[in-house]
Amino acid sequence: MEPKDIHERLKETFGAKIASSVLEAIDPYLVVETAAIAEVCRYLKEEPDLAFDTLMCLSGVDTKEKLQVVYHLYSIARRHRVVLKVETPREGEPSVPTVSHLWGTADFHEREAYDMFGFRFEGHPDLRRILCPDDWEGYPLRKDYVYPETYRDIDNRQVETRDA
Amino acid sequence: MPDVRTEEMVLNMGPQHPSTHGVFRAELVTDGEIVTAVRPHVGYLHRCFEKHAENLSYTGVIPFTDRLDYLASMNQNFGFVLAVEKMLGLEVPERADYIRVIMAELNRMASHLMMVGHMGTDAGAITPILYGFRDREYILDLFEEVSGARLLYNYYRVGGVIADLTPKFVEKTRKFLDYIGPMIDDFDQLLSYNKIFLGRTVGVGILPPEVAINYAVTGPNLRGSGVNWDLRRDEPYSIYPKLSFDVIVGKEGPGVVGDSWNRYWVRVQEIRESAKIVRQALDGLPEGEFIRAPKNVRPPKGADLYHRTETPRGELGYYIISDGTPTPFRVKVRSPGFVHISAIPAFCTNIMVADLVMSMGTLDFVMGEVDR
Amino acid sequence: MREWGRSLAGTLGAPEWVGQVALMFIGAIGVFLIMALAALAFVWLERKVAGRIQSRYGPNRAGKFGLLQTLADAVKLLLKEDIIPAAADRRLFILAPYIVFIATFAAFVVIPWSGKLYISDLNVGILYLIAMGSFVVVGILMAGWASNNKWSLLGAMRAAAQIVSYEVPVALAILTVIVLAGTMNMREIQEAQSGWIWKWHVFQSPFTFLAFFLYFVGSIAEANRTPFDMPEAEQELTAGFHTEYSGMRWAFFFLAEYGNLLLVSLVAAVLFLGGWNVGIPGVPIPGPIVLAAKAVLLVLLQMWLRWTLPRLRVDQVMAVCWKYLMPLSFGTLIGAGAWRMFFPGAA
Repeated sequence: MEPKDIHERLKETFGAKIASSVLEAIDPYLVVETAAIAEVCRYLKEEPDLAFDTLMCLSGVDTKEKLQVVYHLYSIARRHRVVLKVETPREGEPSVPTVSHLWGTADFHEREAYDMFGFRFEGHPDLRRILCPDDWEGYPLRKDYVYPETYRDIDNRQVETRDA
Repeated sequence: MPDVRTEEMVLNMGPQHPSTHGVFRAELVTDGEIVTAVRPHVGYLHRCFEKHAENLSYTGVIPFTDRLDYLASMNQNFGFVLAVEKMLGLEVPERADYIRVIMAELNRMASHLMMVGHMGTDAGAITPILYGFRDREYILDLFEEVSGARLLYNYYRVGGVIADLTPKFVEKTRKFLDYIGPMIDDFDQLLSYNKIFLGRTVGVGILPPEVAINYAVTGPNLRGSGVNWDLRRDEPYSIYPKLSFDVIVGKEGPGVVGDSWNRYWVRVQEIRESAKIVRQALDGLPEGEFIRAPKNVRPPKGADLYHRTETPRGELGYYIISDGTPTPFRVKVRSPGFVHISAIPAFCTNIMVADLVMSMGTLDFVMGEVDR
Repeated sequence: MREWGRSLAGTLGAPEWVGQVALMFIGAIGVFLIMALAALAFVWLERKVAGRIQSRYGPNRAGKFGLLQTLADAVKLLLKEDIIPAAADRRLFILAPYIVFIATFAAFVVIPWSGKLYISDLNVGILYLIAMGSFVVVGILMAGWASNNKWSLLGAMRAAAQIVSYEVPVALAILTVIVLAGTMNMREIQEAQSGWIWKWHVFQSPFTFLAFFLYFVGSIAEANRTPFDMPEAEQELTAGFHTEYSGMRWAFFFLAEYGNLLLVSLVAAVLFLGGWNVGIPGVPIPGPIVLAAKAVLLVLLQMWLRWTLPRLRVDQVMAVCWKYLMPLSFGTLIGAGAWRMFFPGAA
């Protein structure tokens, strides 16, 4: 199916839950209301003529104004793809429903998004840091991330200040 | 006399361990020899690639991509420059395209040669990996000729490659291709059909295709489970549409579809297929420029693209977001190893410790790309 | 030996028992020297054979052809720091390598090198040998337990299971030869094979022919060599029961392993391949050299197997023993008995 058709289909089925659909980009994408993402993903996976059986990639993005989670879905059975985005504010604890019950790939990817951006994925079976050590503070890939001065007993200051 | 309790033992495999490929920790809960639960822990090799990429130019990111999957550096470079070129809408000179595919396929052969040897070592046969290393040395010599480096090449650029092939390269490569065919047969004879190796790999660590697709397992692992899927043929890029090659899929034979033997065997046969591809590319190599670099590598503001290629380990995806400046806004690497490790608990429970080692070995992940 | 002891004592003018004791010491030192030198030589041989099979040279820097390599390694091991893990059971940890070494060392005593050159002429020589072979298990279990390392324990358990299980086919194969030869005395078994090459036990009956292979495979398993080296599986257990051992302590395990290699090859040569007999009567090659040559050939065969084959998983190792080797060895024993009944003059 063409991206245009997939977007139409989703807009028909979910109405207002699809915030916007951008078709002119290099990779056409849909912005979905955060609370509805799990529902939309289930529909995409289980509808026979959509059949999105693979989650290629789940990424966190910090666009300086807000935080985004980007889902790249693909269907091996039907050979088409779709891109979904959800947005959350940067303050507080950004919370997104999990899709790890639909695709096993989401398990590690959501842990990484939590580790790097601080997203709380509701319903994730084991949400803890994956790449950084378990007791690391802060969310490294955010644009306003401040490097910690020390970690445990390790001096982490920038080289110039260290010699001073 | 105190009660004799047989309880489960929690064992740590790694992070330093001769058989986990790289720094990787698998927490095992074992009941005697049977593993009842396995919990993988990654992150020991995290080097903050994605954060670095936000502070470098697009060309500056390329050497960092080498270090992701260091056994297949050419393929890592390839994926990145293809993604950037697609965002720019840039067309690469034909000769550059051919050179790129030759390098990528040679690197696929080198990576597989080492990994199938490694799988032999996991089973206890220490000789095959040395044969693999010996043959891989020839490929590394070829790479040294073109790029100056044996392992981390930094060879691709946005618009082509950094240097043309040397005059002797084509001849040397052809000689190597003639040499490698009988060597793979040798390998087959030594290991592939050896009764003990079959006993260690047939029916061991079966990954059912539905589980594989659900966990987005790709590459030789997916093909070993019987799913006929190869990005080079099904979502082609570069000059792959012009080349003819077979996609090797796991089958019933000595092995069961989805078991370790099929994952191993797919890789051995892929070496032959890559040799075929390189031969075709050498035959069709056109004259011309080897690079058409844009003045500024500045993809349009707001453009974001997820582009994927087939590396020896599976599907490598680069999700690049641009903000109109010469520095990428966000680079996310979707590495095959990361995804494969997450699939381990799904098919490696209730098997013996030795079988676990074999199954994980045939998944073929490299921690450099898992942890970035 | 007794006469030698008496005559030695007589020449020294000392009571008889002094001569006996002196000879015991000389014998022990002699065996130790043989074992140590053999281990040294075999380590070098193994590395060269491994290198050549793997398309490389093997050691070739220390001395011509790398002959001094093992000596260099021995010096290095002696100078290494003696590390005992803090939480290990000290006494057992220290004792284990010695027990493993003693078990192998003690078994050498009954090997007769020629008609007159032997240390002990036990009438139940073979039985003593089999007993010493099982003694090794105690040392291995000690090592695995005392290391306070779960992986070592796993390796030691596997080793114990493997060695104890393979005792049975090995003992039965040996018993087959004893039935045919009619004696357990190692010296007499070899004397029974003197003459032409078809007098060797391996050719005497189809059952002993089969028994030879059963014994050979079983003893590879006893020695924890690939394809049966699950207990030391590098890829899973780092080094199995001797992971925590370093320096000289580890060298003892190593010495014991190569001593064991030599021991099983010697026993195979003695029992099946004619021992000190050349196979052609009247050829004046000294007995010990013939025996040693046969043993070295078998050792080479074991090394060849090690570097070619992958290893069997532990349940496959057990399956091979109990489902295949055991019934076969029972079969050969019964067959040999029947053979002896119908061809009484065979031995």
